This record gives sequence, C-alpha cells and structure tokens, in this order.
Amino acid sequence: MLKTILARLALAALATASIGPAFAQGTIKIAYTDPLSGPFAQVGDANLKQMNYILDYINSKGGALGKKFELVPFDNKSQPSDALIALKSATDQNMPFIMQCSGSNIAAALIDGVNKHNARNPDNRIIYINCGAVATELTNEQCSFWHYRFDAHAAEKAAVMVQALPKDVAKVYLLNQDYLFGQSVQRDVKTFLAKLRPDVQVVGDELIPLGKVKDFAPYVTKIKASGAQALLTGNWGPDMNLLIKAGIDAGVDLRYYTMYAHLAGGAVAIGPGGDGKVYSVQAFNENIAPEIGNAEAEAWTKEFRAKFPFDFYAAGFRTIFEFLAAGINKAGSADPTKVAYALEDLKIKDFLGFEIRMRKDDHQIIGPYFVGIFKKGVKYDSEKTGLGWATAATVQAKDIEQPTTCKMQRPKS
Amino acid sequence: MEVFLVSLLNGLVYGMLLFMLASGLTLILSMMGVLNFAHASAYMLGAYFAFTLSQHIGFWPALVIAPLLCGLLGAAIEMYGLRRVHRNGHIAELLFTFGLALIIEKVVQMTWGLLPVPYRVPAGLDFPLFSIYGTHFPAYRAFMLLISLLMFGAIWLGLTRTRIGLVIQAALTHPDMVGALGHNVPRVFTIVFAAGTALAGLAGVIGGNYQVTEPAMAFTMGPIVFVVVVFGGLGSLTGCFIASLLMGLIQTFAVVLDYSPADLLKQFGVTVTSATPFHEVLTVPLPRIGALLPFLLLVLILVFKPRGLMGTRDT
Repeated sequence: MLKTILARLALAALATASIGPAFAQGTIKIAYTDPLSGPFAQVGDANLKQMNYILDYINSKGGALGKKFELVPFDNKSQPSDALIALKSATDQNMPFIMQCSGSNIAAALIDGVNKHNARNPDNRIIYINCGAVATELTNEQCSFWHYRFDAHAAEKAAVMVQALPKDVAKVYLLNQDYLFGQSVQRDVKTFLAKLRPDVQVVGDELIPLGKVKDFAPYVTKIKASGAQALLTGNWGPDMNLLIKAGIDAGVDLRYYTMYAHLAGGAVAIGPGGDGKVYSVQAFNENIAPEIGNAEAEAWTKEFRAKFPFDFYAAGFRTIFEFLAAGINKAGSADPTKVAYALEDLKIKDFLGFEIRMRKDDHQIIGPYFVGIFKKGVKYDSEKTGLGWATAATVQAKDIEQPTTCKMQRPKS
Repeated sequence: MEVFLVSLLNGLVYGMLLFMLASGLTLILSMMGVLNFAHASAYMLGAYFAFTLSQHIGFWPALVIAPLLCGLLGAAIEMYGLRRVHRNGHIAELLFTFGLALIIEKVVQMTWGLLPVPYRVPAGLDFPLFSIYGTHFPAYRAFMLLISLLMFGAIWLGLTRTRIGLVIQAALTHPDMVGALGHNVPRVFTIVFAAGTALAGLAGVIGGNYQVTEPAMAFTMGPIVFVVVVFGGLGSLTGCFIASLLMGLIQTFAVVLDYSPADLLKQFGVTVTSATPFHEVLTVPLPRIGALLPFLLLVLILVFKPRGLMGTRDT
C-alpha cells in the first residue's frame, strides 16, 4: 500500500517537473539576477522595478508571438557564485534568457557558465542578456555568441566622458572600483585622455575596494590636495553616492564626471550643493523627451514618476525587451539558438525615435549616448531635489562606435 | 600639512565612533567572558530605531530613546538568554550570540527592507562648522566627537567614582571574590550587558547617518570592533580608547599615504623591478591594503603581546 502511494507520488512529481514551467503557462520567462541584498541592493531593486514597469507596458502591447514576458528575479548578492546558481535554476526551468546588469566580474563568470552550459546541452540553451556590465573585455577578448550587451561599454563611455571635458580642465583625478569594470574604466579613460586630450595631466589615479568604503572624506582630502579640477569616476551604487556626498559636504571646488551619478539615490546624495558640478554619461534622462519634443515618451516616463520615488533612467531596458520581442517575432519562436541568430544585426527604433543596432561582430549595442548635467531649472527634477538632469551633449551612434577584436564563434544550428 | 590636519580630524571622528562601539564590548568581554557577536547588531538596531523614531518625534528625542531601547533589549537578552546558556559554558554563549546576530539581521531586513534607509543628518547640524585650507568640516562630525568624548568621560567617571563602578571594576578582575562578598554579580552582569548594548545603540544613532544605515552595517563593523577590543587588551578601557583612535587614524591615513613596501625597500638601497620575486605584493600601494592593516596588527599583537596593548589579564 505504502509503496504504491510512494510510487504514485513520485510519478506525479515527475509529471509536473517534466512539463517544464517555461512554456507551460504560456509566458516567456527571463531570469534576472542582480544584487537584491547587500550594499548594492538599491541598484538591483531600482532595476527590477523599472523592468517590471516596462514589461507591463510591452505585455499590454501583446508581448511576443502572443505570449507575455515574465521576469523571474534571483538575488546574487553581488557574488559570481550565486549568479551561477541562478543560471543553473534558470536552465533547469528551461528559461530561454538570463539577464544581469551589475558587476562585470559576475558577467565574466556568467559568459563562461553560459558558454559551457550551451556546449554541453544543445537542446537546452540559454542566452545571456547583459543589461549593464560594461567592462570592455566582455565583447572583445571574452566575446561569446550567447552574450548580448545592451549598454555602451566602458571604452565607449570613457570616450564620451573625455570628449565632454571642457577645455579649461588641465588636471584630473581618476578614482575607480578595484575590480574588472573599474580597472577597465581606469585604463580606457587614460587611453582616451592620451589620444584626445594630451594637454590634460592625470594628478591622481586610485582604485578603491568595491562597496567597502563607508567614509570617502579621506579620499576627498587627497583629491583636493592633488589640485585636480575634475574627478573622473566609473563608480556606481553607494561607492558613487557616498563619494559625491563627501565631496559636496567638504565644499571642494571640483567638477565630477561620472558614469552612474544618475542612478537611484544619486540625486539625493548630490543635493542642491552640486548644482552644475556633476556630469553623467547616460543613455537617458527624463528631460531628453521634452528636449527633443517626443510627447509620447514624455508621457510614458511621467507615469513612472507618479508611481516610484526615483527617476526612470533605464531607457536601455525598454530597448532590450523591444529587441527580444522583435527577435522572437523574427525567429518565429522563443528557441534560444534561433533568437540568438535573429538578434544579430537587428535594427529597431527605440522609444525616443533613435535607431539602435545590435552589431553582429561582437554583439554590442550601438546607439546614441548623452552627457547629462545636474542642475536647477529643468522640467523634470530628480528624486524631489528640485534639481535634475539636462542634456549637455548628445553623441551620435556613429561617433560612439569603436572597433572590436572579437572573433565570434557561431554554432552550426 | 593640509592633508595631515584634515585626515587627523577624520581619523579622530572614525576612531571615536569605533571607541563607542568597542567600549561596551570590552566591558562585556572582560567581565563576563562572552565574545558577544551580536554587539555590532545593537549598533545597527540603534541606527534603525533612530531612523524610525526621528521620522515621528525628531532626531533629538531619538538620540536618547533609541539607545535606551537597545539597552532594554540588551538587558532582556542577558536575563532570559545568556544567563540560561551560561551554564553550558563559553562555547554555547558564543554560538548563542552568533545566532542572535544572524536573527537580528534577518529581522531588520524583514522590517526595514534590504535597501539603505534615508536616515539623514538633522537639519540643525547639516552645515559646515569651519574650513581648514578650504575643506569644510561638517558640524555633524564635531557633534559626533563631542558625544563620544562626553561618553568617554561618563564611563570613566562611572567606573572610577561610583559604587557600582567600583563593584564592576572588582568583578572585572575577581568576579568570584565579588560574589563571595555578597554582591549580586548576576545583576551586575545584566547592568553591564545592558549598558554595553545601549552604548552600541548610541554609536548606531550617531553613526547611522554619518555612514549608511543598511542591513549589512553590522557585519561590516563587527570584525574591526573585535580587533579594537583584542588589540586594546581585556579589562582596560584606556587600552580600548587608544586602540580605537589608533585604528581610526590608521585607516584614514592609509588612504592618503601613497607608498608601497617597494618605497620602503628603496630607502635601504633595494630597487624593486618586475624581476624581483613577489614584486606584485611589494608594489601594492598602501591605500589598497588600508582595510587590511588593522587585522595585520591584530595578528602581530597576538603573537608578540597576547594580552593586548594594556591588558591586565588573560581571558
């Protein structure tokens, strides 16, 4: 009796497991892994909220092939090992996509993990959607057919940053996080300074432990003593917010050139004291739509403002999901291999109306980029500070594109 | 000179914050022999209590009430938890406080969320107090220094000039004798544990908005506090004070001194090139290993002076 009950239970369990939840409920599942706890949780959390906002919109427009997208979050605590566990869970559930934004060291581990998994399991492949890990290597030396990067990489951002430096700046200070991405920014910024602005002197070049520094006042003292006029940094999360806060609190006469000051928490950290001092290399800010007169995009981000206490900055995420929808429609299925081929050289118009292309050579997104300045008197302020991002410069897609060293290897089927 | 003065001030602020945390721990550790892993959790709770209270009744009442709440919690932990576990020896106590630290972290995550909370410096103290060589010194940092100095004075007076202080001091070195003389040693334990926890809570109230109030703050602060306590020596408030300031200054100055072991060797006529063995280690600049220095000191003092800087007895 007991044996038969056990056997039936086992059969029932097998039956539910083998259906495979990915297609069972008629949704296209996307695993999303980022820090949702720990010092960088605020970044992952803000990303998740924006992604869900975007997906609600895309699903209301019909999703892809009549199926809705569904985001399944996995906390990776900023640890590559936990991201690999998320990858395992995603492939176990036959999810066609895994998405990750924060941390190039994690991205490198995921690329490696996805490559191995796809080689060993040709009937259960997965595509890695990179929504923000921007170390330049990832689409050069480490490039992979299964990896698609939907953000400008560190060298592109560094080029934009160096071009945005005003002519009167002669001394700069570099401060970056001590890991794959920070080192990439450090190297790329120096390369472009040497190429584009040989008159600029690097008076300080520092790496800080990732997410460990709680008080940046000693660093600010050092920066001030170096006589730098501008601070160039790729820091993100609390490393960004605390650094700028310490600088503004100390009243140092400095201009800040950043890559991530526009993310959640940034505006509050800068505060009114940073009026006109902070620049950020960004894919989007809420004032771009009114500046270019796109009322539809303006209304769409305005609705986000009403619901959440932080800015909508993730225009790139909307592009990602629109690319995935377009790729799946083009491939006629959500099969990862077919979608991967369909995404190559795909071009779409993003919601602002700019043309965005996924470069076939290295799977790097190519689109326009902006330099924002944080100041008073903008139409949409940030995080209720009264100050917001205005566009100081627009860099066209053709000017941002850089050659790649990637030698892409494509699977046969 | 400019860098030196500003760094000195910053180092003092950080050192005094460390002292507020470590003073309670050193009293608990030297008196009860309990390595209280949950001590930094009280620091975190202090910050979160102050954040919630300051939203309703303002910062100043919170400055008083939040540490008191922590103290009450500490008293309850000692009376209903530690005292029972105590019978099973020190290992059981250690595991008990370790489990408690994990539980408190989870409870904080569930109550206040995973994100840092916007616990800010009160508006009345949010201005630059003075400038040295063009660098502002925020008034809040001066306030932190003031609070911690007042606290140091209060503990010192309490321990040396009051009756209960004398009993505590006696219990630090001869707990059995104090008990034999008819003092209620368990109650003294409770008072010390509650007071230590309240001090940690106070440190959280003023440290939470100076740093960041988030669920990981206990685990980032915990190890360095243990270093201070062991380095300063058991049973010595002065040793703890010196060790705190030392660690604060070391961490601050490590950031601004751009030297590596290779520069030191150069003084002795040895030039490090890429051909030198271990050149990767030898050329690492000080700022990159600054966070490691306190632990290096911990290892050194345990090897050469196991009782710590001013320790009066072994554990």
